[in-house]
Amino acid sequence: MDDFYRDYILDHYRNPRNFGTLEKSDVEAEDLNPLCGDQIRMQLQLDDGVVKDVRFSGQGCAISQASASMLTEMVKGKKLSDVARLSKDVVLENVGIGISPTRMKCAMLGLRVLKSAAIGELAGWPDEE
Amino acid sequence: MTQIAASAFDRARPERSRRTQGDEDRAKTQRIIADFPILARPTSRGKRLVYLDSAATSQKPRAVIQALVDYYEQYNANIHRGVYEIAARATEEFEQARVKLARFIGADTPEVIWVRNTTEAINLVAYSWGSGNLKRGDAILLTELEHHSDLVPWQLLAERTGAELRFIPVDDRGIHVLDDLDRLLDGCKLVAIGHVSNTLGTIAPLETIIPRAHAAGAVVLIDGAQGAPHLPLDVKALDADFYTFSGHKMLGPTGIGVLYGKRALLEAMPPFFSGGDMIRKVEYAHTTFNEPPRKFEAGTSNIADAIAFGVATEYLQAAGMEWVRGHERQLTGYALERLAQFESRGLAIYGPRDPARISGVISFNFADIHAHDLASILDTEGVCVRAGHHCTMPLMDKMGWPATARASFYIYNTEADIDVLCDGIEKAGRVFGV
Repeated sequence: MDDFYRDYILDHYRNPRNFGTLEKSDVEAEDLNPLCGDQIRMQLQLDDGVVKDVRFSGQGCAISQASASMLTEMVKGKKLSDVARLSKDVVLENVGIGISPTRMKCAMLGLRVLKSAAIGELAGWPDEE
Repeated sequence: MTQIAASAFDRARPERSRRTQGDEDRAKTQRIIADFPILARPTSRGKRLVYLDSAATSQKPRAVIQALVDYYEQYNANIHRGVYEIAARATEEFEQARVKLARFIGADTPEVIWVRNTTEAINLVAYSWGSGNLKRGDAILLTELEHHSDLVPWQLLAERTGAELRFIPVDDRGIHVLDDLDRLLDGCKLVAIGHVSNTLGTIAPLETIIPRAHAAGAVVLIDGAQGAPHLPLDVKALDADFYTFSGHKMLGPTGIGVLYGKRALLEAMPPFFSGGDMIRKVEYAHTTFNEPPRKFEAGTSNIADAIAFGVATEYLQAAGMEWVRGHERQLTGYALERLAQFESRGLAIYGPRDPARISGVISFNFADIHAHDLASILDTEGVCVRAGHHCTMPLMDKMGWPATARASFYIYNTEADIDVLCDGIEKAGRVFGV
């Protein structure tokens, strides 16, 4: 944990990639971590089932924001069905091991939002049925 | 059980006392620290445990832990029933604990009702007293500082009865603004106020609010979760109608707390939970209830924890609540001074800046370091602080703080703890480059 706040984590926190909002998005989702107040919104633009563009917005700790930022870099060009299947190992590889259990929710918030957007789109949102 | 009253720190009081006040305070604190086993255990990184989260829960002295063990090892039996020796002893120790709690807060013994915690005590009043006494058009007055546990039960009560919720505002330092108090009290049936803010440490001006609330015809409940552990308390002098607090924040175990209520109010209130132990006579179709406090204590009580809570209050009384307040006030002053040294680098201190108005709680943020990141880095140095919204989300929204770090102090904290906190803040500054 001492070396948890590595340079690239702080870099993503200070200079988040794909940060902001898309004027037109095909799918989006938002969630928060009520314990910490971390908040993430993800928007995706799709082209034939492939992620063409992505933006995230929100606020929170370095872990949650950097983790979300790194995810957005990974999903561009990916099939939505692959995004829906992303595992938490991807996040653990991104942020490095040694994350304490209490901070795991922060690290996983971006993934949770991204996957719920993808799965919601693939399976159909409840309010559209 | 009672031999703990003369605990180590009192026996070792220096007789020749040519020391300054500060030295004596330091020596007493060292004797207290020796009574807390957890404070002698290093963290997994080999650091000294610097516990600055007593507003969340306090650590427990050996005497309290031993009281739990003694009950389970020596006289574990149900109370108010058995005729055999250990049952009689369990009943005696349990009821003696009630006497100790009554003495600690200046109440009459039957006015002390055992509950799980402050939250349960407030819910008990909201249901038992509130449901029968509030109607559409009445008002409930709270403050903007309230913990969720002194807010949500009243929101639900307002929904059930059609009563209106009002709030005593606070200024940008979290100090109560009483300019409109008379207007706010007009038509008010209940005033519920935190004695001390768990987020900012603000001590509520109860000596002003309570008489004016009574003059307006309102009943007053004080959420004492952060008051009873830290401030000398006399509920009769304060003239609170209800006073609620938890054992675990004042050296006692979790799962035990107290609702104090004025006897006349308690007698007029219907039971909250019902079942065994709270009855006088039960027929198939009808039940006559017991007198307070047992009218409100359905089922087997939390016997061991109540007994240990009694021991905790003896420990605090032996230390002296005036001393506790003085010790924390001095530590708060020192912490404010030390933290102020970081202000030029972007550290923001929230809440009142005058130690006379705060009870051992300081909320802060450091530049653009999120409170959770700051708390994680402090954790690597053995420093325990709370980070987040502190169960006061409306206050955080009002102030525009997404989260804050919070350091809170108790009898076992020292200036050295605050120095370690500041070293940790320095480290966080290095990691984040601020």
